[in-house]
Amino acid sequence: MGYIQPTYQSNSGIKQRQILARYWSKIFLGSILIAILALMVMLINVINDSYGYAAIEYEYDPSIYTPKPIEDLNKVELMKLLSENLSTYRWRTIQQDVSIDQLEVDEIRELVVEELLKPTVVASYSLIPSLFNRTEIHQEINFYHPEARIDFYSWLDFQFLIKSMSVVPENSGVRTAILGSLWIILVAGIFAIPVGIGAAIYLEEYAPSGKFKKIIQSNIDNLAGVPSIIYGILGLAIFVRVLKPLTSGTIFGLELSTGRTIISAGMTIGLLLLPVIIINTQEALRTVPMSLRQASYGVGATRWQTLWYHVLPAALPGILTGAILAISRGIGETSPLILVGASSFINKDPTNIFSNFTTLPLQIYYWTQRPQDQFRNTAAAAILVLLIMLLSLNAVAIILRNHYSRQSRP
Amino acid sequence: MSQPQNNHKAAISTRSLAIYYGDFRAVKDVDLNIVPRRITAIIGPSGCGKSTVLRAFNRMNDFIPTCHSEGEILYHGHNIYDSDVDPVSVRQHIGMVFQKPNPFPKSIYENIAWGAKINGYKDSLDELVEDSLTQAALWDEVKDNLTQSGLSLSGGQQQRLCIARALAVKPDIILMDEPCSALDPIATLKIEELMRSLSKKYTIIIVTHNMQQAARVSDFTAFFTMDEDRAGRMVEYGETSQIFTRPRKKQTEDYITGRYG
Ligand SMILES: Nc1ncnc2c1ncn2[C@@H]1O[C@H](COP(=O)(O)OP(=O)(O)O)[C@@H](O)[C@H]1O
Ligand SMILES: [Mg+2]
Repeated sequence: MGYIQPTYQSNSGIKQRQILARYWSKIFLGSILIAILALMVMLINVINDSYGYAAIEYEYDPSIYTPKPIEDLNKVELMKLLSENLSTYRWRTIQQDVSIDQLEVDEIRELVVEELLKPTVVASYSLIPSLFNRTEIHQEINFYHPEARIDFYSWLDFQFLIKSMSVVPENSGVRTAILGSLWIILVAGIFAIPVGIGAAIYLEEYAPSGKFKKIIQSNIDNLAGVPSIIYGILGLAIFVRVLKPLTSGTIFGLELSTGRTIISAGMTIGLLLLPVIIINTQEALRTVPMSLRQASYGVGATRWQTLWYHVLPAALPGILTGAILAISRGIGETSPLILVGASSFINKDPTNIFSNFTTLPLQIYYWTQRPQDQFRNTAAAAILVLLIMLLSLNAVAIILRNHYSRQSRP
Repeated sequence: MSQPQNNHKAAISTRSLAIYYGDFRAVKDVDLNIVPRRITAIIGPSGCGKSTVLRAFNRMNDFIPTCHSEGEILYHGHNIYDSDVDPVSVRQHIGMVFQKPNPFPKSIYENIAWGAKINGYKDSLDELVEDSLTQAALWDEVKDNLTQSGLSLSGGQQQRLCIARALAVKPDIILMDEPCSALDPIATLKIEELMRSLSKKYTIIIVTHNMQQAARVSDFTAFFTMDEDRAGRMVEYGETSQIFTRPRKKQTEDYITGRYG
């Protein structure tokens, strides 16, 4: 009867626990795989639409201008062609942009093609079919568009970055949108970063703890979670409507009579970023160890000296990282700016804070709404531009953080 | 209660000092006269309020929002908690060394010079740095590496750097809250030797949980304990030799002979 259970009898329990642990590690591995897969699908989708075959037709046949093939014309002949066939207005606008006499012959030839023959993309294909179904695509184009030239087309190229918006997809670019995004984030940053950091310093270092601070704090925490469209409504009501004389620039003598300007958009995004920056800065200040503050107070430093010489330098990497991440969030914001009133079609670059604007995400949004197929390609290319911008900002944040935290270590 | 010296010669003295954290009274009824240019040790069980009392001496408790005190702490006959006293000036006269070495994340030189600079020190900083490091018995070890970060030193060196940093402000009292508890025995001995040599010029008050340390370095010892309401109070205060050999109070005897709790 006396069967003594050995203490290692619990071995079986160990086995079960190990199995359970393995299951869990598989589940976690599964989660990360799903996340990576989702990101890959998104990236592939965007890249897929940014490159691929395109069938290009000339709207006007070269033969109506000249009997010789365009490739064989020399500079003088090309110039003559241009000046004879372009409207005087168009001719003058071009001359304002570039001094034609100084252009290379190839550049003038491009101009002739662009202005007189007017190439248009009549069909475009995504990257994956372009790679794997080449013959079918060529047959299809030859059948439907026997005149067309087939090109492997990169929608994201340097021209795309420096061209403005156009009704023709292949002439469209993101210059105006990039400038709009930069202007807006500049205004938002100039407003939100100093104010946010200042507010955080006050709350964290000066505000007496009590009911007042609790109320403010919970308000800020909640504001950071408010959907961004609400900020759009706020911006529309305050900056566009109430402060219209200010935001439209009319009190500074400007003609433009709408409040839907860069300053309104920038302030709206600034308001949206404010709580984020405050919270990030507070977090950074809280990580500064109490012992560092004590060391400073212990040698007779004032609160201000402690803050300025020790606490802020120690918190700086965190503060900067927070600000940059907030900015990259601001660049990606779309919905509040739809409300504040970005122009859906604009090809005039913003020149000051009272200019009308569009931004990169808005441009993407509007392009996806357009009926022409080829705007899907430009939208995809613009998404790539936006992603590259955001990734570079995040990289800067990481570099800054590493740089500063290396400085404060021995 | 017996006091080792009469009042007006005291470097610092407390009158019916009581310290609260919110409603909780952490320390009560402390009447203590600290003898100038001697080492006074405060010993007692953990949580009896030793650090609380020490922090009150240079108003470091000001940074704990819930903390407030009653009674008086007299320095040169002046209550440092009077409304016309600037706590910053108190800390210039009464320096502090903390439990965990906490040099600034700056060069050794800056660690020493910064406190003097912000306090408007006008003479040669180089001399001050050398002088302070020499007094703290660290000069020979670091004189060739003054631009190196203070954080690159060993724990014991860091603590001596912190002592030098406190000296550079030219205080006349130095508070030390368990300055050796994070150090190995050899580094501890070095700090104790250093304290002995500093006591020729400075008044030193040290909190320690290590009774041997109190017996080794201090001239006077104050023994604290706490009552059932967890309020700490001073049980006995006298010359260290007397406290450790002929304690007057039973509680003191129990504690130093290890019969406590
Ligand atoms: N910042 C604080 N807030 C609230 N209570 C505190 C604080 N610091 C210390 N106390 C309390 O005060 C009492 C004394 O603490 P302390 O002075 O640190 O004791 P000791 O240094 O003797 O170990 C303890 O009961 C402790 O819990
Ligand atoms: Mg303590």
